[in-house]
Amino acid sequence: MITRIELAQKEQYHDAEGKAILAGARDLGVRALTAVHAFRVYYFLGELTPAEQELIAVRLLADAVTDDWIINALLQRSRGEFWSAEVALNRGVTDMVAESARKGAIDLGLRAVEAVRTARRYELCGSLSAAEKELIAQKLLMNKVVEHLHQPGERLFFPAEEPPFELIHVSLLQASGEELMKISRERDLFLNLTEMETIQAYFRSLQREPTDVELEMIAQTWSEHCSHKTLTGLVEFEGRVIDNPLKETIFRVTRELNLPWCVSVFKDNAGIIEFDDDYNVCFKVETHNHPSAMEPYGGANTGIGGVIRDPMGTGLGAKPIINTDIFCFGPVDLPHDQLPRGVLHPKRVMQGVVAGVRDYGNRMGIPTSNGALYFDERYLGNPLVYCGNVGLIPRDKCEKQVVPGDYIVVVGGRTGRDGIHGATASSGELHSESEGTWSGAVQIGNPIVEKKLVDTLMQARDLGLYRAITDCGAGGLSSAVGELAKTTGAEVDLEFIPLKYHGLTYMEIWISEAQERMVIFVAPDKLEQALAVFAAEDVEATVIGRTTTDHKIRLRYRGQVVGELEMAFLHDGQPRIVRKARWDPPAIAESEGAQPASLGEILHRILAAPNVCSKEWVIRQYDHEVQGGSVLKPLVGVVNDGPGDGCITRPRLESHRAVILANGLNPKYGLIDPYWMAASAIDEALRNIIAVGGRLERCALLDNFCWGNTDKPDRLGGLLRAAQACYDMALVLGTPFISGKDSLNNEYKTESGESIAIPPTLLISAIAVMEDCCTAVSMDLKRPGNALYILGETGKELGGSHYYEAIGHSSSAVPRVDPARARALFIALADAIAAGLVRACHDCSEGGLGAALAEMAFAGGLGAEVTLCDLPRSADLLRSDWALFSESNSRFIVEVIPGKEEEFRARFMQLPCARIGEVTSGPRLRIRGLIGELVVDEAIDLLKNSWQETMRW
Amino acid sequence: MTKPRVLVLRAAGSNCDMETHHAFEYAGARAEMIHINRLLRQEVRLADYQILAIPGGFTYGDDISAGKILANELRYKLSQELAGFHQSGKLIIGICNGFQVLVKAGLLPELDLDAGQKVTLVHNDSGKFEDRWVYLKVHESPSVFTTPMPEQVYFPVAHAEGKFAVSYPAVLERLEANHQIVFRYCAADGGSAAYPANPNGSVRDIAGICDPTGRILGLMPHPERHIDPTNHPRWMRDGAAREGDGAAIFRNAVAYFR
Repeated sequence: MITRIELAQKEQYHDAEGKAILAGARDLGVRALTAVHAFRVYYFLGELTPAEQELIAVRLLADAVTDDWIINALLQRSRGEFWSAEVALNRGVTDMVAESARKGAIDLGLRAVEAVRTARRYELCGSLSAAEKELIAQKLLMNKVVEHLHQPGERLFFPAEEPPFELIHVSLLQASGEELMKISRERDLFLNLTEMETIQAYFRSLQREPTDVELEMIAQTWSEHCSHKTLTGLVEFEGRVIDNPLKETIFRVTRELNLPWCVSVFKDNAGIIEFDDDYNVCFKVETHNHPSAMEPYGGANTGIGGVIRDPMGTGLGAKPIINTDIFCFGPVDLPHDQLPRGVLHPKRVMQGVVAGVRDYGNRMGIPTSNGALYFDERYLGNPLVYCGNVGLIPRDKCEKQVVPGDYIVVVGGRTGRDGIHGATASSGELHSESEGTWSGAVQIGNPIVEKKLVDTLMQARDLGLYRAITDCGAGGLSSAVGELAKTTGAEVDLEFIPLKYHGLTYMEIWISEAQERMVIFVAPDKLEQALAVFAAEDVEATVIGRTTTDHKIRLRYRGQVVGELEMAFLHDGQPRIVRKARWDPPAIAESEGAQPASLGEILHRILAAPNVCSKEWVIRQYDHEVQGGSVLKPLVGVVNDGPGDGCITRPRLESHRAVILANGLNPKYGLIDPYWMAASAIDEALRNIIAVGGRLERCALLDNFCWGNTDKPDRLGGLLRAAQACYDMALVLGTPFISGKDSLNNEYKTESGESIAIPPTLLISAIAVMEDCCTAVSMDLKRPGNALYILGETGKELGGSHYYEAIGHSSSAVPRVDPARARALFIALADAIAAGLVRACHDCSEGGLGAALAEMAFAGGLGAEVTLCDLPRSADLLRSDWALFSESNSRFIVEVIPGKEEEFRARFMQLPCARIGEVTSGPRLRIRGLIGELVVDEAIDLLKNSWQETMRW
Repeated sequence: MTKPRVLVLRAAGSNCDMETHHAFEYAGARAEMIHINRLLRQEVRLADYQILAIPGGFTYGDDISAGKILANELRYKLSQELAGFHQSGKLIIGICNGFQVLVKAGLLPELDLDAGQKVTLVHNDSGKFEDRWVYLKVHESPSVFTTPMPEQVYFPVAHAEGKFAVSYPAVLERLEANHQIVFRYCAADGGSAAYPANPNGSVRDIAGICDPTGRILGLMPHPERHIDPTNHPRWMRDGAAREGDGAAIFRNAVAYFR
């Protein structure tokens, strides 16, 4: 028996969902739609009396004040012609609300409720054509990857069915090269011919055919996603062979710097640095690009959920304390008729991604305090979603111990068919049919399961109940157990693994990428106590196997061995890839034109540019105060809406020691020269640390490369240049890399077969430890009469600038970095801030000096009177527009109290530093150019309006 | 003087438990974070504590509606313990999700675990989750937690379902007559609050209420997020205060038992 209960808010309450759909339909050009009403629907399976049905409606589902409800009927709200559309989740997609509703029913004593499903119903009023209905359904009501239009009478509940067990072997031993590649393709293994031949040779030596699960496990472990085979392979570049480009640049600089406060680098799930006498902090940033392109909400949701598990799986487990998120999208104002088939509109992608990160981060109770957004048309088919997390970990919990004979325990979520082939799929290219082909790779997260998991894991960790831990990420249990037990060996009984529903094959169980699962290794004498800790808070923990001594991974299902591989082959048997790389500077026309008549008008346009404008719409949807340690927030200033630089957080509420986070990202420079893009990203991330009161001495970096298809020599060549810049800069600046990640193959194949690569994109994330957060400064101007200084030299570096983009010019002169001078400047500024000489500080980035001054002024609600006559500048910087909008690196604008000016200047004797004006109470930004001519005279509230208007959604 | 004991209640999805715990310890209490299962299994007795705090978060994911499932657990499984706790003169505070739980469990606007719900917290008028700092006018009320307290305080809100609503106007009049409205959103100068000063569209700008005895308080803003002066969004402009505005709430609760 199925009971259907439908609810809606009473008509006097605001139907936000209905209104949003109506507005969305207008955007799509559907004029016939006049109103939309939204309804929540629950289906309960089980024998219930009418009184019990009513009990559920009244006591569990309905809000007595605001809701109407009805049982087994429709709450019709529409008059006249309307279309009723009900949207339900596809079979197998996690239905979180249904699980809570079942618990709620059982809490009411209604044990007859066997299962629950949820749905949403909409009444769309007006005379809609079939095409309009289809358009609204696809674009606004649902995402067909995880949802469908539910038809009356359609089956919702499925009985448990156990599939017959059949062990599958793949015929490999006799296969020709062509046949090997056919197997690789048909099974979505994404293995190349050399790799297939290596596998063939291995099984020939064993004189048996591989099973399907063995092949899958090898494909996952060897995937680009898991093994980073391109960047750890051999590359021919500029006449020499580079053995492991990452090792030669990123890893090498950390080794050469050899800093004592780097606790664990490039070996665990996150890099660890020292924090205080009791704790360390760890930091990891990951990408979730392809899943977010297909299903933005679920992709971003599981992106942040996944990266949170990295610190949780670092050492013996860190407590997640800060999230950071950086997204790159196509233009959000793209006309719908220019959208390629199979691509979601960038605005929809952005809204879905933000909602996904919001709902996961907020529910986990982790502040999302820092981030960035970047827009470029080349991200249209392949958006980038970077998610990062910082964890706090006791100093004595930073190492794992893997010994034979321990129990392998899976903790947290259950295993389902979600996320099959995620690791291998993410290593391929997206195309217009991707959403159909890879729908199995999309997952929906359940943050509450993960919150329960972290709550109990921290207890078990502090009681010393397990010896090793890792997360189930890409590659699922296969990767987690395979990696963690590689020094011992492991055997696993696949039928012990708890499943969300019946029907999974042994192979699917092993490679599923279902979310919210961690693997711990527990000593036999601690098992009972460990299981009790999890059970006490309703977290599922299940023994699935043991570690062994034979250095093999052995899988059994219903008593039969279904897979057995040597760890040595799995982890070290992969043939090295040899790739060619080449880098030719792109041909870029040099066009500079005359200085525009009104630089004030240009300043308005730059402030309104999507890459510069206010991101308040996004930031406010994230909880950036939870955990109670927020010191410097993402929005600062007199009315809390100016753009803060790095964010500062106190992880321990009893202390003023703090962590600073910042990011640097300059894809527009990457299109000109990836070397200077990387250098600029490092400079930008560090500027944001220094500007708020951080120091270089306790600052570490993370690299995250998102690139096009690096099988193509020109793409790989650019990447090598970027990696080289990472080495060159970090060595001089003294900032080690502690963790990193790469995502290659970020290309989108259009219907016409053209492959569009994203701009080469290197995200640099910086983390710094601040001894006393009370010395922090914010970027908003503080008091009329204070002096304004600029630090750093302005060059004629307009290539890739927002100014040139705004006025339609181009140049190859991308901003460069002099790392030695940057270092000297950063140290002097950090000292000046620590000495209390600085009232406000803001770095110059997108939009240059002009944008930075405007932001400082309107954030502080004060004006400024500035002249650029004494601006420290290069010999070729001859025009005021260049001075105002050049994006030269290593520059800051600093506000200094008049009485402290001398002391301040003394600290920058040998460095580019000049007084450029002062703060005024009059609410205008007035800037005089290189020869004293008035070039900008704008009201700060109008500048602010331009900056806010773009994303005032 | 013995320190009052505080039970900071945890459930699946609670997430402001640590800072609520810290706020009470800072104010001189002895606080413990206790999972609801331990109360349900009677491993821990509510009666052994003086203050019950239900912190913010997304209990059970706020599935169905915010705080609903935890509210039902309290209402149907712990009603006697809760009634006894309140009748013996002890204190209950619910912040954000905790406030949602208190109104849905029948503890606010007055303890009546059998009655139908008269007030609620629904989706913000803006239609989305919002994190922002708000000014609150502190009214004369019987609330133990706000005696004494400055006339105006500054706390952050962070919620999607915080719009205070009532089933019929008489409920509002009664709240007013009993002086149960403890906090109202206001403008920076103390004037009446339009969005975003009233961040969610609450009727009559109501941000927090107490029961007629003053011993149960529920509020959407987060006082526990403004304990340290560096929590204030503008301490870098205006200088750091001695302590954050939120500390008084926890100190008043502790002082009540002295």
